[in-house]
Amino acid sequence: MAYSEKLLDHFKNPRNVGTLDKGSENVGTGLVGAPECGDVMRLQIEVDPTTKQIKDAKFKTFGCGSAIASSSLATEWLKGKTVDEALAIDNMAIVEELALPPVKIHCSVLAEDAIKGAIADFQKKQK
Amino acid sequence: MGKSLIYLDNNATTPADPRVVDAMIPYFYEMPGNAASRNHPAGWAAEEAVDYAREQLANLINADPREIIFTSGATESDNLALKGVFEMYARKGNHIITAKTEHKAVLDACQKIEKMGGEVTYLDVDREGRVRLDELEAAITDKTILVSIMWANNETGVIQPMKEIGDICAKHGVLFMSDATQAVGKIPVNPKEVGVHLMAWTSHKMYGPKGVGALFVNRKNPRVKVTAQMDGGGHERGMRSGTLNVPGIVGFGKAAEIAIKEMDEDAERLSKLRDKLEHALVSQLEEAYVNGSIEHRMPHVTNISFKHVEGEGLMMTFNQNIAVSSGSACTSASLEPSYVLVALGLGDDLAHSSIRFSLGRFTTEEEIDQTIDMLVNGVNHMRDLSPIWEMYKEGVDIDAIEWSAH
Repeated sequence: MAYSEKLLDHFKNPRNVGTLDKGSENVGTGLVGAPECGDVMRLQIEVDPTTKQIKDAKFKTFGCGSAIASSSLATEWLKGKTVDEALAIDNMAIVEELALPPVKIHCSVLAEDAIKGAIADFQKKQK
Repeated sequence: MGKSLIYLDNNATTPADPRVVDAMIPYFYEMPGNAASRNHPAGWAAEEAVDYAREQLANLINADPREIIFTSGATESDNLALKGVFEMYARKGNHIITAKTEHKAVLDACQKIEKMGGEVTYLDVDREGRVRLDELEAAITDKTILVSIMWANNETGVIQPMKEIGDICAKHGVLFMSDATQAVGKIPVNPKEVGVHLMAWTSHKMYGPKGVGALFVNRKNPRVKVTAQMDGGGHERGMRSGTLNVPGIVGFGKAAEIAIKEMDEDAERLSKLRDKLEHALVSQLEEAYVNGSIEHRMPHVTNISFKHVEGEGLMMTFNQNIAVSSGSACTSASLEPSYVLVALGLGDDLAHSSIRFSLGRFTTEEEIDQTIDMLVNGVNHMRDLSPIWEMYKEGVDIDAIEWSAH
């Protein structure tokens, strides 16, 4: 199975690897997947509380190359977007951008779930 | 295969030995005959070549040449043995015993047999990957016709207690069949000595060509028969019809001849390289575990789980340079991790994190040194990316987290 250049680039040079302070009320954390399923994705966003713009995004992923590339791409897309714009990110856009093969579509679904999870966590903290 | 690729996937297939290929070539050109053509020199030459290869193979496993049936490979040999015995011995019984760690060729043939009205017991294995002898003996009933246990496992290299199993089968008058694909040509394999009555293996895992395999069928005490699964011209004493793959068989024979001479030396050299690789990885990396029995194991194989790293992702860090395989689900369409490792009692997470290294005749020490470096770098890189590694380092109990299984 040959992967696309873009996927390999995200895998070899993952963007925005790291950890944000999950205790901060401006940080939202999404943790999805399970070790026994072979992938766990943790995606974090730091949001400006007034403009609701995502200032920073970080990830760490346990998983195959497609899972790592999907989460790396997601952090790239999240930066600079507002929370509402981020909620509109669809997993199929990730599938297209990275040319994921059919057996790897679940990796993009996981990335979308992680984005939604991070936003939900942020919104919960704001209440 | 580029010269730069370090090939450590010899349990999947071995490259052909150049001496094997040289022996085959005349049978494509100068001697193109059909071994079943009894009326002209081309046919005689082919028949003679097949007879010679049959002797070479018989010598390798200490059998009579008349006990060797040529097939297309181990999958066909497994199917012929299992289904052939099931049909031939239908009047004696319909029960077969095998193990959960067997190759798919055996497990899927057994499932087909269940659909045909047979009954199959799938034995568990212990943490080392070996069949428990008391459970095996307890599973035998008056309907049992066959026990099928592989000689050595393809994923872990674990060797089964063959002689002990053979003794139990003999005591109860049950036939004993073994898929010995991973063992023949690598370690001494002598079916008669351990009481194996049918034995399947293939050429392309012992430096011969692909597309040719063999089934050993015991001829005396007891005289074993199998019902043919391929009908046609009655080749191979009626047990397997079809024109013989003469060049393939010649190569298979040559591979056996080389194995007789070089097996011990190869095994000694490769076990040292394997141990070097294993010790380096387990000592340089935290949370690395060898899967399966260390004591009862093929000399060229090691299967290691690198905790909190997913196998396919890890392989992607070096797969332009090293060929290995993983028990990770992501390498298969099923999304299920290796059933062999799960049967050993590994959690799914450790099964996902496993890499199988299988060395071969052409593996060099330099390649092993490079592999150690690339593996250590790859595992460290993947752990830097891994949220569960971070949690583990912070002392979080990973097992206590309620994960959202998907």
